[in-house]
Amino acid sequence: MSFLQIEPVRILLYLVGICAFVGANAAYLVLAERKGAGRIQRRPGPNEAGFGGILQPVADGIKLLAKQVMVPPGTDALLFRAAPLMVMAPPLMCLAMIPFSDSIVARHLNVGLLFVFSFGSINVMALMLGGWASRNKFAIISSARVVSQNVAYEIPMLLVVITLLMVTGTMDLNEIIHQQGGGIWHWNLFKVWVNPLMPVTFVIFFICMLAETNRAPFDMAEAESELVAGAFTEYGGMGFGVFFMAEYANIVVGCSLATVLFLGGWQSPIGVLSGGLWGAGWFLLKLYGLIFTVIWIRWTFPRTQFYSLLNLSWKILIPISLFTLLLTGAMMKLPVVYHQFF
Amino acid sequence: MNPIPFADYLVLALFALIVGTTIGGALIAALSTRIIRGVSGLMMCCVGLGGLYYFLNSPFLALMEILIYVGAVCVTIVFGVMLSEPDEPPHQESRRHAALWGGGALLVCLAIAFGVAHLGLSGPWTEPATRVNDGSVEAIGLALLTTYSLPFELISIVLLVAILGALVIARSGRTKE
Repeated sequence: MSFLQIEPVRILLYLVGICAFVGANAAYLVLAERKGAGRIQRRPGPNEAGFGGILQPVADGIKLLAKQVMVPPGTDALLFRAAPLMVMAPPLMCLAMIPFSDSIVARHLNVGLLFVFSFGSINVMALMLGGWASRNKFAIISSARVVSQNVAYEIPMLLVVITLLMVTGTMDLNEIIHQQGGGIWHWNLFKVWVNPLMPVTFVIFFICMLAETNRAPFDMAEAESELVAGAFTEYGGMGFGVFFMAEYANIVVGCSLATVLFLGGWQSPIGVLSGGLWGAGWFLLKLYGLIFTVIWIRWTFPRTQFYSLLNLSWKILIPISLFTLLLTGAMMKLPVVYHQFF
Repeated sequence: MNPIPFADYLVLALFALIVGTTIGGALIAALSTRIIRGVSGLMMCCVGLGGLYYFLNSPFLALMEILIYVGAVCVTIVFGVMLSEPDEPPHQESRRHAALWGGGALLVCLAIAFGVAHLGLSGPWTEPATRVNDGSVEAIGLALLTTYSLPFELISIVLLVAILGALVIARSGRTKE
């Protein structure tokens, strides 16, 4: 155990583990997405490579790696090359904070939640720079959309998270999970005696997560039927592949954050079978449940219009999240005031 | 005591990397002619500054630097840039007597540099600040709501006025035809 306490060993293990986790997730979530899309649209999906299409990600990977990475003339070559690097960095940083089980966490930091949000907020810059550097009409429209969408949805997301922080009183992700131990009714999602609108905050968080990761029905950034491929129209080969990997890595980060904050992280829903590897199992079960929901939503709902997307955030989500913030504060502090005066 | 070999050199290398990022980003932000590269430089600089705060034992401030300056300020600047022309600015004719202006600027810079260096070398240095508290979120929150509650409220009034001003400007722009 002392071997694991040495910092460079931890860093190395984290780097190798997280790259493997992100890579495998990206590869097989694409397959899951295509299979799920096929199932929902009543067609088989990829089924040629390997048994039932199980080798399709490998084939895709080889195809992307074999293609030439071109920098089209007229682009801002430096930023064009830097954007795929920058888009991958924030989710990798964020995953260092996510506790997969009580002990499987790369780095324990008492401001872990803030860490995830501060690096998560850089993500939009990479997409924007990639689209801008491409000097392509579709890419520039797409990056303008990405920025306004992210600005709009960052606000309700942070408001909801502040509401949650008032309930938990800590930004330590592992501590937040510890507070939700002892069964499904202790999860933050169901803490209706603290705030009767707690399930609503979870829904707002989930919607904002979908919008921040540019997933359908909010995938205005890569609306393939209007903008070719959005911000990464000009990217070919692995440049395109990295943007896709980053999208799935962001979904993993967003869903694990939702799991940690609202669904009890590695805590068991039934009170028994918790701790150790069971914890990691529960965590992954909840994580992939949420990811499946994300895929399910994408292929069930049509893409929204851009204006209704912004209206949803500014006119509905922000007022509701402000109201839940005030309500939570009132419900926490009014009893204290009452006891003081009566 | 330290189980890691060459730990001091590793820390030194990290520090050099962070300082390099800060200075390099600032240079890019100041020298670049394309505004989008300037914003990228500003972003680099802010990430580097966050790293410096981390070195000063203040992870909360480091993360706030990244969240606010990169995640909010730079994104807002970019939002403004989106409305401008994407092409490079046309090459401008250098103004007349360029050498004269350059020489004057150099003189002013030298004077400022000399003054700052003189102050730094001869002026009395205060004692290095002892750690007031552990820099945790609780300590910062307590300080903001007890000792420094008046500045805190003043800042919120300034922000409120700024928001109202922005709303007023945007509203008149919307109704005017």
